Amino acid sequence: MPVSRDIGPQAPPRQPFWTRSRIRAAVVQLGFVALVSLLIYFLLSNTMANLARQGIASGFGFLGQRAGFDVSISFLEFGRNDTYLRGFWTAVVNTLVLAALGIFFATIIGFLLGLARVSPNWLISRLATVYIETFRNIPLLLQLFFWYFAILRPLPGPRDSVEIPGGAFLNNRGLYLPKPLLDHGAQLTLLAVAAGLVFALFMARRARMRREATGQPVAVAHWWALGLLGLPGLVWFSTGATVGLSVPALQGFNYRGGMVMLPELLAALLGLSVYIAAAVGEIVRSGIEGIDRGQTEAAQAMGHTRGQIMRFVVIPQAMRIIIPPLTTQYQSLAKNTSLAAAIAFPEIISIIAGTTMTQTGQALETIALAMAFYVTVSLSIAAVMNFFNWRVMRRAI
Amino acid sequence: MKTTSILTSVFALSLAAGGMAAAQTLEEVRERGHLNCGVSPGVPGFSNPDDAGNWAGFDVEVCRAVAAAVLEDADAVRYTPLSNTERFTAIQSGEIDMLSRTTTRTLNRDTALGLNFAPVMFYDGQGFMVREAMDVSSVMELDGATVCTSAGSTTELNLADFFEANGMSYEPVRFDRADEVLAAYDAGRCDVYTSDRSGLAARRLVMNDPSEHVMLPETISKEPLAPGVPHGDDQWFDIVSWTVYALIAAEEYGITRDNVDEMAMSDDPNISRMLGGEGSAVGEWIGLDNKWVHRALAAVGNYGEIFERHIGPDSPLGIERGLNALYTDGGLHYAMPFK
Repeated sequence: MPVSRDIGPQAPPRQPFWTRSRIRAAVVQLGFVALVSLLIYFLLSNTMANLARQGIASGFGFLGQRAGFDVSISFLEFGRNDTYLRGFWTAVVNTLVLAALGIFFATIIGFLLGLARVSPNWLISRLATVYIETFRNIPLLLQLFFWYFAILRPLPGPRDSVEIPGGAFLNNRGLYLPKPLLDHGAQLTLLAVAAGLVFALFMARRARMRREATGQPVAVAHWWALGLLGLPGLVWFSTGATVGLSVPALQGFNYRGGMVMLPELLAALLGLSVYIAAAVGEIVRSGIEGIDRGQTEAAQAMGHTRGQIMRFVVIPQAMRIIIPPLTTQYQSLAKNTSLAAAIAFPEIISIIAGTTMTQTGQALETIALAMAFYVTVSLSIAAVMNFFNWRVMRRAI
Repeated sequence: MKTTSILTSVFALSLAAGGMAAAQTLEEVRERGHLNCGVSPGVPGFSNPDDAGNWAGFDVEVCRAVAAAVLEDADAVRYTPLSNTERFTAIQSGEIDMLSRTTTRTLNRDTALGLNFAPVMFYDGQGFMVREAMDVSSVMELDGATVCTSAGSTTELNLADFFEANGMSYEPVRFDRADEVLAAYDAGRCDVYTSDRSGLAARRLVMNDPSEHVMLPETISKEPLAPGVPHGDDQWFDIVSWTVYALIAAEEYGITRDNVDEMAMSDDPNISRMLGGEGSAVGEWIGLDNKWVHRALAAVGNYGEIFERHIGPDSPLGIERGLNALYTDGGLHYAMPFK
C-alpha cells in the first residue's frame, strides 16, 4: 500500500477569520437574538396598538382597585373590600398550600407504592400495579370531578351531619373540627413542642454520628418521645392543663366555630396526590430496580435483614436515580393545581385568570401574572430539588 | 380547557394586524361568508343545541337576524360557545364579530373592556333559588348560607354587595362554568343558587327534580342583557344595534315572520320605509341593501315572536313579558324611529 511521505508536522493553512467556528457561531447567535428581540418588540408594540385602538385599558393599575368579590378558602385574610393585589396574593398562597400538601402526600403514597411494587408478596405488588395503572391512565380533570362528587353526593346536608366522636361533624359542606384556642398555656405548650423537636433532632444527629463512627446502632426513639411528648406534656400540666376548644355548632344553615376542611380542598388534594403518587411510585420502583443485585447480595452475605438492606444500602443509592424525575413530577403537580379551578378551589386560574380577568378585562396582564407565577414556582421547585440532589450525590459517592 | 382558549385569544390579540382601518368588520364578514357569533355554552331557551345539533334560542336569533341582514342567509353563522371568563377576550381579540350571550351591560364593560352594547334584548335581574324543603321565603333569611355562583359574572359582585349592605354573611362557592355551578348545587354543595332570574328559570329545567326548587321573590340587581360588538367599528355597531331595533319596531307595527311580505306593500310610510319600499334609503344609510330589515324579519320574526318561541309563558321556561313588553304595554322596549 502506497504511503504518502508528505505527512508531517505542519502549520494549518491560514483561515479567513469569518470561517472560524467560534466567530461563526457567535454571529449566528447574535443574529438569532436580534431576530427574537425584533419578534418580541413586534408582538408587544402591536398588542399595545391594538389595545389602544379598541380603547381597552392596559397596565397593572387595576391591582389597586377594590376586588368586590369573596372567596371560600383563603389562608390569607381576604374579602370584597380588599384590593385585586391582595386577591393575587391570596391566590398565590392558596395555590402554594395546595401544591405543598399535594407534594407531601404524593411523596408518601408514591414511596409506599414503589416499595409495594418491588415487594416479593404477590398480592401487595399486584395491588400496587392495579393502583398505578388505574390512576396513571385517567385524565386528572376527570379524577378531580370524580373525587369532588364522590365526596359531595353521599354526604348528608348540615342538618343531618355525621357526628364524629370528639366534637367533629361531617356533611356535604365540609369536615368541621374543633379548633384549639391559643391561650397562654397552649402557646407555651407549642413553644415546648418546638424546643422538643430541636432537641430530638440534635440527639438523633449525635446518634447518627456515633453510629457512623463506631458501627454500633444507637437507639433514639426515647429522645423523640421525650422531646415531642414529655416536654410539652410537662409544660401543659404545669400551666394548668386547660384545653380551650372552639367546638363547631349547628347555627342556622351550617356549623359555625371550629375549623373546617372544605370539600373543594379535600377533593383537589386527593385528586392531585393520588394521581401524582402513581407516577412517583413508578419512579421509586425504577430507582430501586436500578441498583445492582450485587449490592443486595453483598448486604445479605453480611447478615443484614431485608429492612436494613432497603434502608441502608438500596434506598440511599436509589435516591440518585429517583430525584431528577421526581422533580418533574413535583413541578407537574404544582402546575396541575390549575385544574382545581374546575371544582371551585380558589387558586390562581380561578381568582386571577378567572374573576379578576373578567371583572377588569385585563386579559394580557392577568394571564402574564399567572404565567409568571407558574414559572417562578416551577423554577423554585427545580432549584430546591437540585440542591437536594447535589447533597445526595455528594454523600453517596 | 378554557385556559388554552384564553391563551389563544390573547395571542390573537397580539398578532392581529395593528392599526386596522375602522369599519371593516362588514367586509370581513362578507368575504368570510359567515358571521362569527359568541353564545352561551348551553342555556335552555337562550342558546342551546336542539335535537338536530343546531344552535337555537333567544340569543341565537339575534345572530341569525344579523346574518340574514348582512349575508342574506340566517344560517350563515358559526357559533362559539363561551364561558364567563372567555367571552370578553374572545371579542377583544376579534375571534367573534359579536357577542349575543346573556351579558349584562355595565360601565366597566362599555369602556375599559372595549365593548359597545347594542340595545337591550332582555331586561333581567339577579334572583335566588333554594330548595323548597329549606322553608325559606325571603333573601333576608339567608344569613350564613352557602351560595353557588359563577366566577367572573356581575352576579358574583352583586352577591357580595348585597350581603354587605344587609350585614349578612355567606360562603361563596365559585365555578367558571355554569353547568358546574348547577351540578354542585344539585349535589347539595350549596343552600342557594344565584344567577340572573332567566338563567335560574332555564337551568331549573335540567335539574334532577325541578319541582324541589323555588325562586325567592326578591330581585337584587338590574341586569340588562345586550348583544356586544368590539370598539372601533361604528358601522358594524350600527348594523347590530338597528337589527335589534328592527325586531322591536316590527312587533310595534305588527310585522311578523308570516306577514312581512304583505306588509312590505303597506301604505303606512313608516312600515314601507323600514321594509325597503319605494324611495326608502334604510340600506344606503347603513351600508347594506334596502331589504335588510325585511330579510331579518322574514328569518326570525319580530321581538314578541322570538320571545314567545323560546322563553315566553308557553315555553318550558315560562317567563312573563313583564319589563320585556313593548313600552306601549308597560314594558321597556322602545325602538328608535327608522327615519
